[in-house]
Amino acid sequence: MDVSQLWLHALQGTLILFFAGGALALVLGIIVGTMRVSPVPVARAVGAVYVNWIRNTPLTLVMFFFAFCIPILVGPRMNSLALATTALGVYTATYVAETIRSGVNTVPVGQAEAARALGLGFGQVMSLVVLPQAFRSVIPPMVSVFIALLKNTTVAAGFSVLNLGSVALYLSEIREPGRSDNLLQTMMSGENLLLTLILIALIFVVLVLLLAWVQRVLEKKWRVQR
Amino acid sequence: MRTSRIIAGLSLAAAAALALTGCNSGTPGTTGNGGDGSDQTPWTVATSVDLTGSPTFDRIKKAGKVTIGVKEDQPGLGYLDATTNKRSGFDIDIARWMAASLGYDQDKIDFKPIASQNREQSIVNGDIDFYVGTYSITDKRKELISFAGPYFVTGQGLLVAKDNDKITGKDSLTKDDVVCSATGSTSIQQIKQLTPAQTKEYDTYSKCVQALVQGQVDAVTTDEAILLGYAAQDPTHLKTVGDTFTTERYGIGLAKGDTALQTFFNNTLTDGHEVWQKIFDNNLGASGVAAEQPKVDAVG
Amino acid sequence: MSSVLYDVPGPRARLRNRILGVVTVLVVLAIVAVVVWRLAETGQFDGQKWSIFTYTGPWILLLRGLGATLAAFVVAAVGALALGFVLAVGRLSDHAWVRIPVGWIVEILRAIPVLIFMMLLYYGLPVAGVRMDPYGAVVIALIAYNGSVLAEALRAGVEALPRGQQEAGYAIGLRKNAVMRLILLPQAVRAMMPVIISQLVVALKDTALGFIITYPELLHYIQLLGGQVPFGTPLVPTAIVGGSIYVVLCLLLSYLAYRVERRTRRSPKTTWLEPPDGGEMTTATERIAVRRGAGAFDGTYQGPGI
Repeated sequence: MDVSQLWLHALQGTLILFFAGGALALVLGIIVGTMRVSPVPVARAVGAVYVNWIRNTPLTLVMFFFAFCIPILVGPRMNSLALATTALGVYTATYVAETIRSGVNTVPVGQAEAARALGLGFGQVMSLVVLPQAFRSVIPPMVSVFIALLKNTTVAAGFSVLNLGSVALYLSEIREPGRSDNLLQTMMSGENLLLTLILIALIFVVLVLLLAWVQRVLEKKWRVQR
Repeated sequence: MRTSRIIAGLSLAAAAALALTGCNSGTPGTTGNGGDGSDQTPWTVATSVDLTGSPTFDRIKKAGKVTIGVKEDQPGLGYLDATTNKRSGFDIDIARWMAASLGYDQDKIDFKPIASQNREQSIVNGDIDFYVGTYSITDKRKELISFAGPYFVTGQGLLVAKDNDKITGKDSLTKDDVVCSATGSTSIQQIKQLTPAQTKEYDTYSKCVQALVQGQVDAVTTDEAILLGYAAQDPTHLKTVGDTFTTERYGIGLAKGDTALQTFFNNTLTDGHEVWQKIFDNNLGASGVAAEQPKVDAVG
Repeated sequence: MSSVLYDVPGPRARLRNRILGVVTVLVVLAIVAVVVWRLAETGQFDGQKWSIFTYTGPWILLLRGLGATLAAFVVAAVGALALGFVLAVGRLSDHAWVRIPVGWIVEILRAIPVLIFMMLLYYGLPVAGVRMDPYGAVVIALIAYNGSVLAEALRAGVEALPRGQQEAGYAIGLRKNAVMRLILLPQAVRAMMPVIISQLVVALKDTALGFIITYPELLHYIQLLGGQVPFGTPLVPTAIVGGSIYVVLCLLLSYLAYRVERRTRRSPKTTWLEPPDGGEMTTATERIAVRRGAGAFDGTYQGPGI
């Protein structure tokens, strides 16, 4: 494997962690978020316990548990990328749940009561009145959650997953000195670790600034004056 | 009030934990290695050592203690017993011997555990004065640091589960096998170049061994001396297979260009053959490894 | 009891809720049972694995790790607060030549993942000749990241203050520096206190990243103890015990945030602005909604301040 292949695999690793972890976080987060705003007290309590427990644990510890303890408990051979993705998804789901909860709570109660007073059923109240308004206040914080998820994919570097966070460590194995003709090649080859890490930092800065710009655009579009 | 109840609960838990710790002390049944009392060490602490021209030695003298990078999860070579907080192993004793030759007894040594991938960095940064921990001498590493020694020669081997009969050596590895080693080690590079097997990397070998016992990987590869230590610790689940397929020469990693210290260590090694033999018999000799002290490399 | 999602439950709804409650309890119990069964099956309840905690050595190691974690955290917290103030004042400056570069600095520091920053300091700086030990790398990286997040929180706090405060300050003859120092910043800090403390919790959690660059903190010792073969590699017991220490630490800090938030909510100095959430940048919609008193905010949303 040569240098450009390694970088490609690292980028692949980061993207899988981001998209698959994000998908799992959305699914799990919507479930837990629904539990937290439901009229069933037990469901609310279970959701609160889950969210508060995971939120007060470092992501590194959650990944450690998934990378080393889950294989013992589950048995069959597991892929470290899958384990790290699951850990990321479980951790980020708590923030998704909280975003959904506070988003739902921004909708004034009067809106829902008026809709019910008009005789609309539960499905109609949700789809015509509540969710469109809740959507506007959920999306911008949700983008923040996903920005944080993108940055957190680097934590998998400590648990034998090849991604942009750990590529600098793997480069020392295949480095061939004296091969670089331009700055980009020097950065990618790992000869000068300072330049390599600056390159990785730049990649993240670009991606995060892009997402933050998307967030600002959405926020402006959906700004509501009451 | 609630706060006083929380405090009461926490102090009860703390008291219970303290009571528990009184139940046991010392190692649980494993054979303690030598080096318990300092009057029984194979080496003697030198007095009035004056080494000129070595920035590392000047730093040691200024600090009044030696900071040595080591491994702490390799039984027989560099191991920290979690219950007694005592370090033991061949590399640890070599490190103590080197420190003694500089005039620093065991209580003036500050051991720092450093994983494979961070060894060069910690020497370059000056976090440690030198490193003794299954550190193979390679040309690539010599670009960043210098080596004294070698003080031991071994080769790369394979560790597999006790009931694994498919893997009998390097040539029996197929592309369906997963071999584990440490990030940044020479072993992982060799496996990638010499065999079609898939690889998995962790920052320490002990994590690889755990993965092997759990069935997550098929084999662990690194220097045979290290593997034998693990196999001796858990003989019901692990065994080594095959012949060694590379040559690994362990050296003492130190700052690049510090030829004064390099020469000093080389001379200590060459002149102290009996000490080396005693250290070897205390540690690796017990597990059936046979070896003799190699000749040191030329300085530079 | 009516809320946005559901009305006051009638008899049929009450029955349905009770059934759902029972179903939830059964599902949770089933999950717990599966977990306990797997733990027992793989021998995680064996005395041998837990006996590692009856020796004093492991506890000393854990305490050492805890000390290292707290040492990094305290310095990082103080540094982040200081940096946050400096950057916030910079971003609120009237001079564009201060405001714009500081703005870029804050955006970039927030965008770099903390681990990459730590690696940059630990692996990268020595190439340029600057020595950096793991402790320094951990602390500086944490200060940089959390400082920039706190700067944004303080800026949001100052900008959410009524304009009258600033204008009154100018009217009595104070200059910009004094207006900031005496009027705006104290109020902003009081209003944003829950945000600030929850960001400190994030800083505490991020100290755990130190083990990747060889800083021997708590997680490093948890892994070391978990790998001890004479005790049957007690990974799960050490993860449970070590994890509980982290959870207790973070819960203590979060509890502090909760108490501070309750106190500021009741204090007459801050009734004009209830912090809409405890997290990072809120949306304009949320802020305006809160200011107009619309919507039932519960105020405990902690936001993705990761």
